[in-house]
Amino acid sequence: MPTTQENWNPGKAEDRHPEVSYDEKERLFFEVKNDPRYEDFLYGCYECGICVSTCPSARFYDYSPRVIAQAMAREDIERVYDIISEDIWNCAQCFSCLRCPRGNNPGGLVTLLREVAVKNGLQETKDVLQGYSRVIYKVMLKGNQVSPDMLQPDFFPDWGPWVGQFSANMPVWRKAIPVDTLRGVTDAAWKTDRKTLLELYTIWFETGNMDIIKEIDEGLYDLLADVMQEELEEG
Amino acid sequence: MSELTTVEEILERKSHAVTRNPEQAPSHDVREALYELEAKGEIVLHKMPENHVEVKTKFGRTKRIPIEHTWHHKSCGQCGHIPGYTSSIFWLHRQFNLDYLDPTDQTSCTGWNYYASATSNAAAQAAVMVRNFAAAYETGYFPIIHCGTSYGHYKEIREQLVHHKELRDEVRRILDKMGKPLVLPEELVHYSEWVHVMRHKFAEKQTVDMSMIRATVHPACHYYKIVAEDAIYDPDIYGGQRTATVTGTLEALGIEVADYSTWFDCCGFGFRHVLVQRDFTRSFSTLRKIEVMKNEVNPDVTVTHDTGCVTTLDKSQFSAKAHDRNVGIPVLSDAQVAALAMGAHPFRVVQFHWHSTDWRPFLDKLGINWQKYWDEFQGDLEMIRSGQKSGITWEDADKPVVY
Repeated sequence: MPTTQENWNPGKAEDRHPEVSYDEKERLFFEVKNDPRYEDFLYGCYECGICVSTCPSARFYDYSPRVIAQAMAREDIERVYDIISEDIWNCAQCFSCLRCPRGNNPGGLVTLLREVAVKNGLQETKDVLQGYSRVIYKVMLKGNQVSPDMLQPDFFPDWGPWVGQFSANMPVWRKAIPVDTLRGVTDAAWKTDRKTLLELYTIWFETGNMDIIKEIDEGLYDLLADVMQEELEEG
Repeated sequence: MSELTTVEEILERKSHAVTRNPEQAPSHDVREALYELEAKGEIVLHKMPENHVEVKTKFGRTKRIPIEHTWHHKSCGQCGHIPGYTSSIFWLHRQFNLDYLDPTDQTSCTGWNYYASATSNAAAQAAVMVRNFAAAYETGYFPIIHCGTSYGHYKEIREQLVHHKELRDEVRRILDKMGKPLVLPEELVHYSEWVHVMRHKFAEKQTVDMSMIRATVHPACHYYKIVAEDAIYDPDIYGGQRTATVTGTLEALGIEVADYSTWFDCCGFGFRHVLVQRDFTRSFSTLRKIEVMKNEVNPDVTVTHDTGCVTTLDKSQFSAKAHDRNVGIPVLSDAQVAALAMGAHPFRVVQFHWHSTDWRPFLDKLGINWQKYWDEFQGDLEMIRSGQKSGITWEDADKPVVY
C-alpha cells in the first residue's frame, strides 16, 4: 500500500496480530521491561544504525537491531509483539551490536524478549524450537551442548563426507585422544562426575528452568523430569 | 503492571546535564565491586595464584593472567567436535611442566543453549557458573576458561551478580543446597590470554619455521565484544585498536598476519543457526569471511580462539565449494598453531583428522610430511582396535616430534 497523508503513521506498527489482545501484548511488553537487566540494556537510541551495519542477521534477514531498540524505547506495543513473535529468532547473538555508541545492548534485549517468548509458550517460539529439542535434552541432562556422537552424516550432510569418517571411526578415534577426561567418551564432551550432574539437575529444578521446558515442550519435559527425578532420588 | 513512560518523565530526565570526569576511566573496574562484596561477606573471592603475568586491557586497566595452578573449564564444542583444540592447550602446559587440573567436576556453561533457545533464565545461568567456580575453589586451582562464549557469558553474569542483589541472594540460596559458597574468581581469564602471555616462551621452544606462512585472524565476538573492557589490547599490535590476542601469538611465531576488510564481522555461528538453521551460517561464514579473506589476501590458514568460530569457519566451506565459491582455507585455533610450532604430533595432539577443510597444503608448506605421521597414527589406531593398547596417553603424545 503506498504511503499517503491518511495512512502515514510514523513509528507505529500496524496491528498484524489481531488474534492477540492489546492487553496481552502489553502484558508481555512489561514482562520484558520489568526484567532487572532491562535498564542495563537500553539507554536510548540515536538512530545511527551502527548496530545494523555490524549485524550479520541484518545482512541475511529482514531484521534490524535498531528497530528493536527503537520499538522498546518508544514502548510501541504492537511492534514489540511483531518482534517477539518473529524477529527475535533471526538474531545470531554475536553481540556485535554492543558497538552501539549509546551503550545499548540490542542482543541483550533480544535475549530478554526470547526468555519472555519461551516462558509464555508463544506458538511461533514453539515452532522455531521444534527441531532443536534433542539439543536441549542433551545439554540439560549431560551438561554439554554437543557430544561426539552427534556427528552423524544425516544430521550434518552439508559438512562434507568427513562427517561419515568421524561417525564410522568414532569409538577408536575418541580413544586416540591423550586428554584423560576425553579419552573414549562419545556420548558427552568429557567425563563428568555423577555428583556434578545431580547438582546441575538441582539447579534446573530450583531456578524454575524445568517449568520453562514444560511450557515450551511438555513431551521433552516429561522425558527430562523422569530421568532427573529418578537420579536425584537415588542421590 | 507499570505505567507507560510519559512525555513529562522523558523531559524531566533530559533536564539534567550529563557531567563527565576526564580523570575517570569510561568504565568501572569490576574488581573493586568484587572486593567490596567480599568485604561485606556476600561472596568468596578466589584469589589469583602467585605465578601470574600482568597485561593491559582495552581502557588501560591491568589484568592478571595466571601461568599455572589452573583449573581448566573445558569447552563442550571443543572437546566434542574439535578435540585437538583441547589437547593442544594441555600439551602446551605439559611442555613447560606447568601445574594444571583437568576436572571431571565441571559442566559446560550451558550458554550455547541459552543463546540458541533462551530456554533458561538469569538465575539458572548464574548458578551454573557459580557451581563451576565453587568446584574450582574447592580444589584450590584457579579457573581458566577454554570457550569464548563461556568467557563472554560469565563476564556478563559477573556484571549481573555485582549489580543485582536479588540475583546474588537467589544464587546463594541454590548453592546452599549443595553446600557451596557463592564464589567468584578475581579475574575471568580466557585460555587465549594465557597463550598470549606465553607466546614468547613458545617462540623460544619453536622447532618449526613458520615464516613462510600467511595467516588471517578472526577475533571471537564473545571474547572482545561482550564486556569489551576486559579483553587484552596492546599498543604494539594494531596500534591498540583491536584485541591483541591471537595476532600477538602468531607474530611471535614468525607468521605474517594479513589484514582483511571484514575482520569485525562475526563468523556466522548463530548458536541455534549452526545446528538447525544452517543456511544462514553457511552463507555468512563463507561469503563474508572465508571468501573475503581468500579474495583479498589468500592466506594459508585462518586462526581464531573460540569453539564456534573454528567449527563454523571450517565446516561451512564444503557446501560453498560445491557452489564453486572461492574457499579452501584451513581453520585452526591459536593453541593448535603454537603446539604445531613446538613439534606437537599433527594427529596424536593437534588431531587434524577432525577438521574438514583440507589442511594438507598447509602442512606441506610447513615441510611437514603429514603422510608419515598419519601412517604412524594409523598404527596407533590398529593397536587400539586389536586391544593391544587402550588408547593414546600423554606418554605417547608428550614428546615433541622432530620434523
